[in-house]
Amino acid sequence: MNSKKNILATPYVVWSAVFIVIPLCMILYYGLTDKTGAFTLENIAAIASVGHARALWRSILLSVISTIICFLLAYPLAMILADKKGRAGGFIILLFILPMWMNFLLRTLAWQTLLEKTGVINGILSFLGLPSLRIINTSYAIVLGMVYNFLPFMVLPLYNALSKIDKNVINAAKDLGANKIQTFFHVILPLSVPGIISGITMVFVPALTTFVISTLLGGSKVLLIGNVIEQEFTQASNWHLGSGLSIVLMIFILINMIVTALFEKAEN
Amino acid sequence: MRRTMNIVKKIYVALIFIFLYAPIATLIVLSFNASKTRAKWGGFTVNWYRSLIQDETILNALGTTLLIAFLSAFAASIIGTIACIAMSSMKRRNRAILMGITNIPMLNADIVTGISLMLLFISLGLKFGFGTILLSHITFNIPYVILSVLPRMKQLNPSVYEAALDLGASPVTAFFKVTLPDLMPGILSGFLMAFTMSLDDFIITHFTKGSGINTLSTKIYTEVRKGIKPEMYALSTIIFVTVLILLFLVNIAPEKKSPTDSSQ
Repeated sequence: MNSKKNILATPYVVWSAVFIVIPLCMILYYGLTDKTGAFTLENIAAIASVGHARALWRSILLSVISTIICFLLAYPLAMILADKKGRAGGFIILLFILPMWMNFLLRTLAWQTLLEKTGVINGILSFLGLPSLRIINTSYAIVLGMVYNFLPFMVLPLYNALSKIDKNVINAAKDLGANKIQTFFHVILPLSVPGIISGITMVFVPALTTFVISTLLGGSKVLLIGNVIEQEFTQASNWHLGSGLSIVLMIFILINMIVTALFEKAEN
Repeated sequence: MRRTMNIVKKIYVALIFIFLYAPIATLIVLSFNASKTRAKWGGFTVNWYRSLIQDETILNALGTTLLIAFLSAFAASIIGTIACIAMSSMKRRNRAILMGITNIPMLNADIVTGISLMLLFISLGLKFGFGTILLSHITFNIPYVILSVLPRMKQLNPSVYEAALDLGASPVTAFFKVTLPDLMPGILSGFLMAFTMSLDDFIITHFTKGSGINTLSTKIYTEVRKGIKPEMYALSTIIFVTVLILLFLVNIAPEKKSPTDSSQ
């Protein structure tokens, strides 16, 4: 029986070797060689050039800001929803997934219509006699696009973690004399750490590496590291440089994973 | 005090929903806009819905998108389920390695996954098109299936399968009559997850599609500079409303039937 089950493992083992492991090795190979095939670190060192370093720094800055905003918006929301009894909370959660069925490029493009100089939001603002908002084609619009697109990824894991907390634990804390703020910081927050960590990862990684949101809302004036890599592959056709920069990107994703893992350990 | 707290909560949830649904409302309004540019309102029309039916490029892209989503989710469900069954009897260390590899496409950036697959297909000399998109989508869909089937696999009671064998069922019969029905809810939710992910993917398709074939996402991306065809707004409105109706039916129907069956 066991040998039979080992045969069953073959299709997926082969599949993941061919389509996951080998492709990653190819990025490493391209990133660490030049056009003649000789070993070089130049493609990775290229991140230090002014343009690339600036794009990387901007990506880190915008994705960190977006992750923080997503967290601050999502946490109270997840708490409110986790409080709801029965199906109501679950149904509202479904309403968070529903927008994903409308193409995300179109949804992001719709923000252009809303944010433009003569767009919907400015129309409302001028009707109310308020000064107009000029954020389209700036970093602000990109942050807004990131928060908009990735907020559900923060809400869902937080909601899952918070709705699993045993109400008796919270009541026990209250019985023992903790006030609301103490209960929150000593009971609810620590118990929701797994949700916080997966939420942060699910928002930070796509925000750090996006090239679509910056193209659609940054008006190709604001370049992120994702844009640089995409252009190396589709326009400049310098796969070696593109792969080298991708390796740098993966290093940052790894750092993020290690930091969150350490944080999780420290909490336990 | 309590009442004001409740009102504040309701306003907060409402504001978040306005934020989430404002672009969707915008797209629905644009699908009825007689003016071709999205900056101006030119009166109400249903012309875009009419011309949508004759727009072959959009309908082709829709067909490709749905076909890829269905085939990739289906293939991923089969490969993923077999992988879960195999993993349940693996040595702990091997299983940990395989799970680690499974997590890579989920944790890695889409752009890196897309590029790495593109480099693979080029070095294999594959012709870019439907096949390469399908292979890529199966690859990023398998982890979703595994992650939703594996928890059910752990809950399985092996004695039931063994009882079936003792009662004279062949291992194949026992699997299809006993194990598979127990796994089915996990497989189904994995399939749905994979289908949704495939439908919404742009980045990986962008790098692995080659010229001459488009999914809805890549079609929209090429139209960004020239201006989106209004028929696209009409199509996405139809998709959205369809899913909305399905969701209401699925969520409201069982509630009426079995009021005692609540998850809490």
